[in-house]
Amino acid sequence: MEDKILLAHGSGGRLAHQLITEGFVRALNNPRLAKLDDSAVFDLKGNLAFTTDSYVISPIFFPGGDIGNLAVCGTVNDLAMSGAKPLYLSLSFIIEEGLPQSDLNRIVASIQKSAREAEVEIVTGDTKVVNRGSADKLFINTAGIGIIPDVVDISGSNARPGDKVILSGTIGDHGIAVLSQREGLSFTTRLESDCAPLANMVAEMLSVSSNIHCLRDPTRGGLATTLNELAAQSNVGIRIEEDKIPVREEVIGACEMLGLDPIYIANEGKLVAIVPAEDAESILDIMRSNRYGAKTAIIGEATTEHLGRVVMKTSLGTSRIIDMLVGDPLPRIC
Amino acid sequence: MKFITEFRRPELAEGLISQIHRESRTKARFMEFCGGHTVTIFRYGIRQALPKTLEMVSGPGCPVCVTANTDLDKVIALSRIPKVIITTFGDMLKVPGSRSSLEEAKASGADVRTVYSTTDALKIARENPDRSVVFLGIGFETTAPTVAASILKAKEAGMENYYVLAMHKLCPPAIRAILDSGETRLEGLICPGHVSVIIGAHPWESVAHDYHIPCVISGFEPLDILQAVSMLVAQVEKKEARVEIAYRRGVRPEGNPEALRIMDEVFEPGPAQWRGLGEIDNSGLKLRSKYQRFDAELALDIVTEPPQEPQGCLCGEILRGVSSPLDCPLFGKTCTPERPVGPCMVSSEGSCSAYYLYGGSLGG
Repeated sequence: MEDKILLAHGSGGRLAHQLITEGFVRALNNPRLAKLDDSAVFDLKGNLAFTTDSYVISPIFFPGGDIGNLAVCGTVNDLAMSGAKPLYLSLSFIIEEGLPQSDLNRIVASIQKSAREAEVEIVTGDTKVVNRGSADKLFINTAGIGIIPDVVDISGSNARPGDKVILSGTIGDHGIAVLSQREGLSFTTRLESDCAPLANMVAEMLSVSSNIHCLRDPTRGGLATTLNELAAQSNVGIRIEEDKIPVREEVIGACEMLGLDPIYIANEGKLVAIVPAEDAESILDIMRSNRYGAKTAIIGEATTEHLGRVVMKTSLGTSRIIDMLVGDPLPRIC
Repeated sequence: MKFITEFRRPELAEGLISQIHRESRTKARFMEFCGGHTVTIFRYGIRQALPKTLEMVSGPGCPVCVTANTDLDKVIALSRIPKVIITTFGDMLKVPGSRSSLEEAKASGADVRTVYSTTDALKIARENPDRSVVFLGIGFETTAPTVAASILKAKEAGMENYYVLAMHKLCPPAIRAILDSGETRLEGLICPGHVSVIIGAHPWESVAHDYHIPCVISGFEPLDILQAVSMLVAQVEKKEARVEIAYRRGVRPEGNPEALRIMDEVFEPGPAQWRGLGEIDNSGLKLRSKYQRFDAELALDIVTEPPQEPQGCLCGEILRGVSSPLDCPLFGKTCTPERPVGPCMVSSEGSCSAYYLYGGSLGG
């Protein structure tokens, strides 16, 4: 019979110890974690960035990723969006009893792989196992600490009229890839989630310009919601052009079928940067040379018109207001 | 051929827009029947691109929006019957009935499952032989054939726990009701594309003839709509009233005979309640007597209270093309997509939702 996670794995007893040492510490292999003390101890100086996020995605495995690499990339990206170099992550599991041990192993391996790529260490963690039905297979929380270089001042309120709006690639890949796996949605696609750690790209961007005004990853709510947040926080108007926004054919097709709009679909490996016009080209070039930024494009600019709102020039040359996502996008019926 | 980008090419759109500007001399109001058309018109800012001579009004072509409160109340009452599983397209969940929505009924314990096709509903019925599984048959001629097919399948498989709540509606009678009422002056109709894939062009011919109104069947891409508008303008200027198809890749004049045959085998026309339009003869589909055992309304004991309409909501007027969402005192204030008062704010194809999402004054 296949090994399953049992309530006892979270009890603090022998099984729990075995799961932690064999399942986690060995796989995630680093000296701070291996000490198994109550807290990780490290010495840091400078401007620190600190963030946390919980991951409850269903299904836990999806094309192009799983809940494990999502939990690493999501937190790494949140740190990177403040301009920080991510250093240390915590990792907490809430496991529904009955989860196959092999699924957990796969997810831990994927966490390790993403952490190595993002150059972060998992230095502390926790495991709880709950009764069947009290959680859906597996929930993960990660928190992360990073260090921000002195000259960097990135904030959602820093956009200025005349700044260029840069998007690091195609939108909607993650949301549509996950949606395609949901029960009952019988469309198949080769589309994969774009889930990726973006800290290295951000470091490269900062190497050519220390004057980046805003960075944000358009996750839930998509590009439209992120741009609205930035326009409101900075009290500028944002004008973008539909034709400049990279979208894959498969995403357009799936959105048409389901009555959705790609600008509202979640991404997990994209960023939006608002930068001074004079730095835009050099930032664009370095982003395009990064493996996660090959399709980077300047999609618009900040203006003194329609303050706090986002307006899109459509492919027909007309304009429309882009609002935040409201409610959950519902599939259409006709 | 690429079926999406080909129909969004800016240079072709530009050509059509300037052609419409050149040719349109007579003031005209066109109604786009279908909610899908309304969304495209707003998403691409098509109203702004048209000359001052032309006015577009949205019609009642959103199946969720035209579902009457009496029907919604039945749905919610059904969901509260023990051992009943409701299967439905997602749009129905949030639509407010007289006193609650299906979403609220679900939160209180009703077994409501979102499906994407009747195949899923049949599967749920097979997996739950001790439950009554009801599919909410909502939609126009587009969805009715697949619901009819599910009943044929259930019969063939001898399934005894699959039911349909038949609330389907037919488009041509609704258009006639709007034109008969004389409340809205119209000089042209953009007829529904997907509905016409099934029913073809012929049912529109008597509409064009009887009301002397130009009718053009359109697809859902911006170029489809612009082409339809330019064809309507040409007819208006020549004082013609014909049916034309601007959606040749989807619609044949005779429609889809197989779909029509299945629909006719299972359903027969009957009266239906439309929000905003009231009861219209022969505008709905009810199960023929030999398929009555699949009729949820006959098989299950549905008890409802008298329906109530929300105070101040203009959904009815908006569906008839008499008012615009911007005329409604609730629009954007007490009625938003998060907390909809009327159905036109719920469905992604509702006029109010399109105005709200795509910026009414700018988009319109």
